[in-house]
Amino acid sequence: MNVATYNKTTPYLFLVPALIIMVLGLLYPLGYMVYGSFRDWSPSQSLGESEFIGLGNYITLWNDPSFRESVGVTLKFAVSVVSVEMLMGVGLALLLDRNLRGMSLLRTLFILPMMIAPVVVGLIWRYMYHPTLGVFNKTLTGIGLDSVDWLGQHALLSVIIADIWQWTPFIFILSLAALQSLPRSALEAARIDGATGWQQIIHIKLPLMMPVLIVTGLLRLIDAFKVLEVILVMTEGGPGLSTEILALRISRTATEFRELGVAAAMSNYLLLMLLTLTVFMLVYNRWLEYLAQRAMTVAKEED
Amino acid sequence: MSAVDTTERRQHPAFYALIVMLIVMSVGPILLMLSVSFKLNVDVISGTSGLLFMPTIQNYETALCDVLPYELDHLDFCGLKFGGAFVNSLIIALVSTVLTLIIGCMAAYALVRFRFMGRDTVSGTTLMVRMVPPAVLLVPVFGLWNNEFCISKADWLGGLIRDTFGGRGDVCLAGTHSGIIIIYIAMNLPFVIWILQSFIVQVPRQLEEAARMDGAGPFQIFFKVVLPLIKPGLAAAAIFTFRIAWNEYLLASALSDRDTKTVPILIVNNMSEFNVEWGVIMATGMLLAIPPIIFTLFASRQIITGMTAGAVKG
Repeated sequence: MNVATYNKTTPYLFLVPALIIMVLGLLYPLGYMVYGSFRDWSPSQSLGESEFIGLGNYITLWNDPSFRESVGVTLKFAVSVVSVEMLMGVGLALLLDRNLRGMSLLRTLFILPMMIAPVVVGLIWRYMYHPTLGVFNKTLTGIGLDSVDWLGQHALLSVIIADIWQWTPFIFILSLAALQSLPRSALEAARIDGATGWQQIIHIKLPLMMPVLIVTGLLRLIDAFKVLEVILVMTEGGPGLSTEILALRISRTATEFRELGVAAAMSNYLLLMLLTLTVFMLVYNRWLEYLAQRAMTVAKEED
Repeated sequence: MSAVDTTERRQHPAFYALIVMLIVMSVGPILLMLSVSFKLNVDVISGTSGLLFMPTIQNYETALCDVLPYELDHLDFCGLKFGGAFVNSLIIALVSTVLTLIIGCMAAYALVRFRFMGRDTVSGTTLMVRMVPPAVLLVPVFGLWNNEFCISKADWLGGLIRDTFGGRGDVCLAGTHSGIIIIYIAMNLPFVIWILQSFIVQVPRQLEEAARMDGAGPFQIFFKVVLPLIKPGLAAAAIFTFRIAWNEYLLASALSDRDTKTVPILIVNNMSEFNVEWGVIMATGMLLAIPPIIFTLFASRQIITGMTAGAVKG
């Protein structure tokens, strides 16, 4: 009896620390944020002292042109970054998927950019974009062209390029892993039937990789909405609002403008956007898997 | 684009050119930072490009002036206190990594062996947590850590802490190392549990049965039988947790006070000053980048395993 109760409670003992931490550090704060988003809340008061204003914060934000611009910048950044990275990463993986000596060294070097701190990435790129000291402008003036005002006129583009540098390897590594786990028999069969390289890629490799590619793209998209430090160090959201993505705007609203309620409402908008995206992508992925399975069974019945 | 076809057959020289270009593109900027960090400000400004300069460690000395045992000739006043920030970063990253691993291991073990929830639930939770941007946690955590998660100084425990460590006001989580550590553990825990789960599933049950026959309790089995067998998974999880805790800026900047600032915070603060001394700031950036770079060079296999486990095996 004693042993039995002991065995029944052990699993809970193992789980309790994790549960406590998750509730304290994540669930409770998120609930607190939702609660706070309905209140006129400044950092000097505790939440209980603040005034309940219903959907006030949400309506203020909805009608705030600079918030809308910020949403626009975020979407532009995320969509362009993810699409370019997916194209380049998958392309490189298809190109480099062969037995090369030193491939593991190559992969090691490729993951360096995403391992170092975002703050440092921002630092490096801010230096490279420097109007006079930076590599780009030095090269441009060196070959007799006009220098470009990277972080001024083309701030969003510059930020996008930096993110592509940092995160294309992520897509590359994941698609390479997906490629190398493809069933060899399918590729063999295609080769024997005389499919060219392009035909193999379009009709066999890409469709088989699709589920992994979708998850990869989704992970990258989620992370693109979280980017903050790189942009903070490079442009501080400027000039104007041209690179002020939502994450940056939330942190500025909270720390500079000291409007915690508004910042909480903004966080909720961001979270809702991400949730919609995730659910949509997952459902789409399930749908693809379902289609693939049906195709398989149909093919089997025909045999 | 018939070039692709030809390279497929006889490894075209253009193919090697492409690889060299990719390597230069990915490592070049980091090497650039390394070289600037060894340049004096004069050399940076004058633009003597490339490698023609006298390397100096003066920038590193300036950055670490508060912990160096000797006086610096080129510096009247030690403004940057990077040594202290470095110690803070180390404490926070190491403690949160160790705690995350311990807690995560136990939870993953329970989830696998006692079949609580399926793997789908855990990977769903992992994805949901990954979805939450640190910026979203900023507001609630700032409020909670400053106002709610406090012990009144009138309590015996709060009074005890104020008497021993000094300071004013109620004892709150904000401004302490532990405040930052808790949030990092919470951010990393689902991912760690999820990675470790896939390793624990592979531990043969017979081994544990045998240990139980020999009279080992559940905790003994866990620490003496299971833990040693999942070392590769632990390594991957440790690197990921350490990297996030070491690199994180936003939450640390909101929760730290003067004495608990981490390195990323100091770098951002120095960047926003008007006159950027590139040599010194690059030296600090290099110091921040060195630990992740070392991990990458020595454990890239584990890192790639951890990264691909997510998407490829689903």
